[in-house]
Amino acid sequence: MKNSKFNFLASFLLLGVMSIISTSCERELSDDATEATFPKIAEIFTDDFVAMGSNFYFPYGGSKATAWSVDREEGYNSNASMRFDVPNVTDPEGNYAGAIFRMDGAGRNLTEFDALTFYIKASQGVTIAELGFGEDFLENKYMATITNVSVGTNWSKVIIPIPDASKLLQERGMFRYAAGTQGTGGMGYTFWIDDLKFEKLGTIRTIGASIMNGNNVSVNTFVGVNSNITGIISTFNLPNGQNQIVNLSTAYFEFSSSNPTVATVDSNGLVSSLSAGTSVITGTINGVQATGSLTINCQGNFVHAPTPTRSQANVISIFSDEYNNIPVNYYNGYWQPWQTTVSSDFTVNGDNILNYTVFNFVGIEFSAPTVNATSMTHFHMDAFIPGTIAPGRQLRVIVVDFGADGAFGGGDDTRHSTTFTAPFLVSQNWMSIDIPFSAMPGLASRSNVAQIILEGGDNSVIYVDNVYFYN
Amino acid sequence: MIIKYNTIKTLVFSTLLLAIMGCSTDEKQTVTTMNNLVFQDEFNENGAPNSAYWSYNIGTGSNGWGNNELQYYTDRPQNVVVEDGMLKITARRELYMGSNYTSARILTKGKVEQKYGRIEARIKLPLGRGLWPAFWMLGANSDTVTWPQCGEIDIMEYLGSNPTTVLGTVHGPGYSAGESISKSYTLPNSRFDTDFHIFGIEWGEDYINYYIDDVLYNQITPEDVPGEWVFNQPFYIILNMAVGGNLPGSPNTETAFPQTMLVDYVRIYQ
Repeated sequence: MKNSKFNFLASFLLLGVMSIISTSCERELSDDATEATFPKIAEIFTDDFVAMGSNFYFPYGGSKATAWSVDREEGYNSNASMRFDVPNVTDPEGNYAGAIFRMDGAGRNLTEFDALTFYIKASQGVTIAELGFGEDFLENKYMATITNVSVGTNWSKVIIPIPDASKLLQERGMFRYAAGTQGTGGMGYTFWIDDLKFEKLGTIRTIGASIMNGNNVSVNTFVGVNSNITGIISTFNLPNGQNQIVNLSTAYFEFSSSNPTVATVDSNGLVSSLSAGTSVITGTINGVQATGSLTINCQGNFVHAPTPTRSQANVISIFSDEYNNIPVNYYNGYWQPWQTTVSSDFTVNGDNILNYTVFNFVGIEFSAPTVNATSMTHFHMDAFIPGTIAPGRQLRVIVVDFGADGAFGGGDDTRHSTTFTAPFLVSQNWMSIDIPFSAMPGLASRSNVAQIILEGGDNSVIYVDNVYFYN
Repeated sequence: MIIKYNTIKTLVFSTLLLAIMGCSTDEKQTVTTMNNLVFQDEFNENGAPNSAYWSYNIGTGSNGWGNNELQYYTDRPQNVVVEDGMLKITARRELYMGSNYTSARILTKGKVEQKYGRIEARIKLPLGRGLWPAFWMLGANSDTVTWPQCGEIDIMEYLGSNPTTVLGTVHGPGYSAGESISKSYTLPNSRFDTDFHIFGIEWGEDYINYYIDDVLYNQITPEDVPGEWVFNQPFYIILNMAVGGNLPGSPNTETAFPQTMLVDYVRIYQ
């Protein structure tokens, strides 16, 4: 199910990007235009659909498109409700249920409401991954979602607070949901929703909002690096006295930079590093300061690795912007228990860099499928160590072949480790590493090459680029 | 039997109807009748509460004031102060004299004691599980006659875990603690921790009416209590905020401290 979630997230992000492009040709309001008021209709489904039009259900990519129906027997104090049949994880038509309900029409004015509410029950006790509103597969501008919602077998009311209703002058994204079978061992279940509507409860109290999940996060960047404001949440106290966290899209917030010459931030929370220095990015929602911040420590211009000049035909690339890369399982295996290395990869002006911080060792694996490098003669990689090189510091580059079984272990794996030391190892300069296979006697075969392991880190930082085999 | 069953059902139904009608915010509902102001503390003078009216309970009482409450009551301005036209009773999470929390409890005992009348306060309550503020009264003879014989009138009790509901209660001989005579009132579309609300009783011979804002939500008479009616004598007023104890349970990780109960005024009419 992890995969499926990734799929639908990716698909709606993609749709969002497409919509930004397609709406950029919108005309500005002329001076004599009067603001239209869109209907202030509260109900979405109360035993039947209200003012939703005919074409409003849009499933997420990878989800089972037929998961949703109207049940004419079950209902909250009625005999009709919306029914959602979450499929088994093995269902070929889709391994989860998820969709948006986008009203067919111009939109509704939701400014006078303070919550989306509904009654819900399930065929067994389950945790539903995401329930919310504000997603329209266009701009997805004002999304608000509660996650991991506990649902029992009897009807109970769910309240999703509206973070800042003053923004919802014309909203089409009435409801969204995503439900999988992570908590049920892959087995499907059914849940029902009834009396789905916006309400003015008056009984919700705003506790506060946060960016970066309320933490004061600090990142090192270069000119041209983009960073994102994430972890955008708002906490509300519900009428039952329980706190409810709502995950929000960036458009509810106003962001600001303490030093716009160092870094700027746009309305989507995209932070651009412009010059060397420090800037603190903070946010407000509805005029109230959010907790948490993102501090940008821009170190100036990034020195790019030498651009590879070999032709694609002579290269099997694992990580490079110059070549088509082969499928890679991961660039950091987070091998437990001894690995400390954390990936903080970044992109500088379109150049993707592997950034290993707290580096002691790290493994890159490309085993699906393994690489037949028999026609290759060399391994290449560029590395950059920003910190100082202590006496005796090593950098070991290990190439691993999984042997005839093509899988880790099995007694046929071979490897060769090549050690680099000063004066080759230098600080603040790209080091181009080229190792001929002829100098790797430990590697008995290169028909099933599957891993590159870097060792010898001192818990500082190393950048890596252009990892490939060539002849 | 069937007929009888139906009759009872009808009776229940009509009682329900009456109850619903009785609780409606119908303009014709007469909430209060006593309008001659005889005492007021508007909390307009900054500093400690006016000592002509108020004294303090200090410490932890016995067994946390009989309820296993967790706070230590002090008279420090951090816990009780008049400023900005308000009495502020503040509960804090701090180690103090062996307790994990501090707060305050002030009372008019021996200073302002009242038999009958309309006693009301305008209060904004705090938020958080484990907080237990109250506006209440004890019989002026509470030193010579043991509780519950002295009588207790809880004009307002509130649990911070339930921000839309308050309780109005009387305790007396044969009907105290778990057997007390109580009724709750829940705000339909507002909260007690986001706005000020008026909590009051109108109390006369053989009746106590409970109201919140413009809603009369209960009347208690001798017929409602399964013991002696002990409310035909003077009582004094108490304002406090307890932390933890048998009724609210302990604060949890969501309970943010400090938390303050704001009292705009206390007034007595006859």
